[in-house]
Amino acid sequence: MTLQEHAKRYPEVWRRFNPRETLIRYAWYIGIAFVAIWSVQQLDIPWIYFLDAHIQAGDLLFRMFPPDWEFALEVFDPLIETIHIATLGTAITFVIAFPLAFLSARNTTLNTTTWLIGRFILVTSRSVNTIVWGLLFVAIFGPGPIAGICAIAARSIGFMGKLIAEAIEEIDEGPVEAIEATGASRLQVLWIGVLPQVLPVIWGTTVYRWDINIRESTVLGFVGAGGIGIILYSSINQFAWREAGIILILIMIVVIISEFISATLRKQIT
Amino acid sequence: MSTPATTDYPKTWKPPGLITNPLMRQGVTALIVFYILWSVGSLEIDWTRVSDGLPRAVKMFSRMIPPDFSRWELLVKGLIESVQMAFAASFVGMVLAIPLGLCAARNLVPKPVYLVARGIMVLLRSFHEVIIAIVFVKIFGFGPLAGILTLIVASVSFISKMMAEDIENMTPGSMEAVRATGASFPKFLIYAITPQVMPRYLGVSIYRLDANIRHSTVVGIVGAGGIGQVLQASFSRYDYDFALAILLSIVALVFIGEFFSAWIRSKLR
Repeated sequence: MTLQEHAKRYPEVWRRFNPRETLIRYAWYIGIAFVAIWSVQQLDIPWIYFLDAHIQAGDLLFRMFPPDWEFALEVFDPLIETIHIATLGTAITFVIAFPLAFLSARNTTLNTTTWLIGRFILVTSRSVNTIVWGLLFVAIFGPGPIAGICAIAARSIGFMGKLIAEAIEEIDEGPVEAIEATGASRLQVLWIGVLPQVLPVIWGTTVYRWDINIRESTVLGFVGAGGIGIILYSSINQFAWREAGIILILIMIVVIISEFISATLRKQIT
Repeated sequence: MSTPATTDYPKTWKPPGLITNPLMRQGVTALIVFYILWSVGSLEIDWTRVSDGLPRAVKMFSRMIPPDFSRWELLVKGLIESVQMAFAASFVGMVLAIPLGLCAARNLVPKPVYLVARGIMVLLRSFHEVIIAIVFVKIFGFGPLAGILTLIVASVSFISKMMAEDIENMTPGSMEAVRATGASFPKFLIYAITPQVMPRYLGVSIYRLDANIRHSTVVGIVGAGGIGQVLQASFSRYDYDFALAILLSIVALVFIGEFFSAWIRSKLR
């Protein structure tokens, strides 16, 4: 080995990437930055608004103080309604997503057609946002909690169905074969061979989705689908920031508590 | 042949449930039933209005079909605006998430900094995007700026949380090795933290881009720009065939975004 070769193989300064890799990496960075800059430029953002943004934000916070604590009693019922919407929506989801997941899992579905139908329902449900579902159901059922419950359920079916179906596809085939060997019917195989294996996932996902749904249901009122969102929306529109402030604080408390409950339950289940 | 029925073994077998204690299981079931009765009873539901809903739905859907793509220019403009909002927000969110994520890693920073960073994250995460959007609309006025800022807030809280968890779960070996060479803190970040966290960070950011595309379609409902604003307008004008066209386009866009994100993430792995 000549001195040059030795120096090339063991350079004085260690580098993680060779020059080519470095070049490609920087090309990626520049590309990403370019896309980001292009996006911002195209949007015609009035930068002038940023000049007094901190004053505006400070002003907003200032107007929220002191929070109107008496108003808290008034919004107590809508807050409970919000929780009900989330919970009942999740309950309906559970009932629908449970069979749908079995239909959408490749190893438990009946045939390709049913599998495609199941997948199609899951994808449609997932790609439309809860609030958009809310718009739709308000148009059907009129404003009120029913529309909210339906919207929550419509969006959650795709979420839960997908996760449960994935869990079903990943089960251990051993117990299933064992049950099949006893001559059990198809339903019995599902009930005794498959279900116990995915039960923790089913309950875990339900609790997790419930926690997400609490957060979702706080804004359903913006489109008229019931809950605390209706009052929040009107408070903000009337610039009643002291009322809005108290609602935001209450929402935060409820969300943090529900997140805590959900995390604790999930730890217990799995 | 027959065995005496003196044994206490049950004749039939039942698969074990999730809660093995029968008393507890029945208690939980009773609680759930009670809750459902109470909540359904306490909701003020106008049942006649609901029963009117079914024919109304049929009418609405019949007016939705066929979807009206004739105003495609408006549609495409809204979609592009949504995608641009998502891109800009993801990029800024990615950058801003780094300091917050580092500050929220327990093994990296002193306790007070950790607590403050975690507090900010909880605060940002506890509000739904649409609530943040409406506050930003009040501060910055209608338009995509409010939407971008909303998505930035959502992205920062999500990416930084994932990043902090990643750093906390790192193997301490390489950190100790780099520290032992007497590296300064910036060097420590570059040579010990970055290589281990980078792949996941990029993966999470790409996932967030996909999520931002999905969310950018709804922040418009409160006036924060993008396709959501067009959708809200068409719904409030009972323009259902155009609304269906928008909905189908959103579904297609979300689909493409999800596919793209899954593809890049599989490459990163």
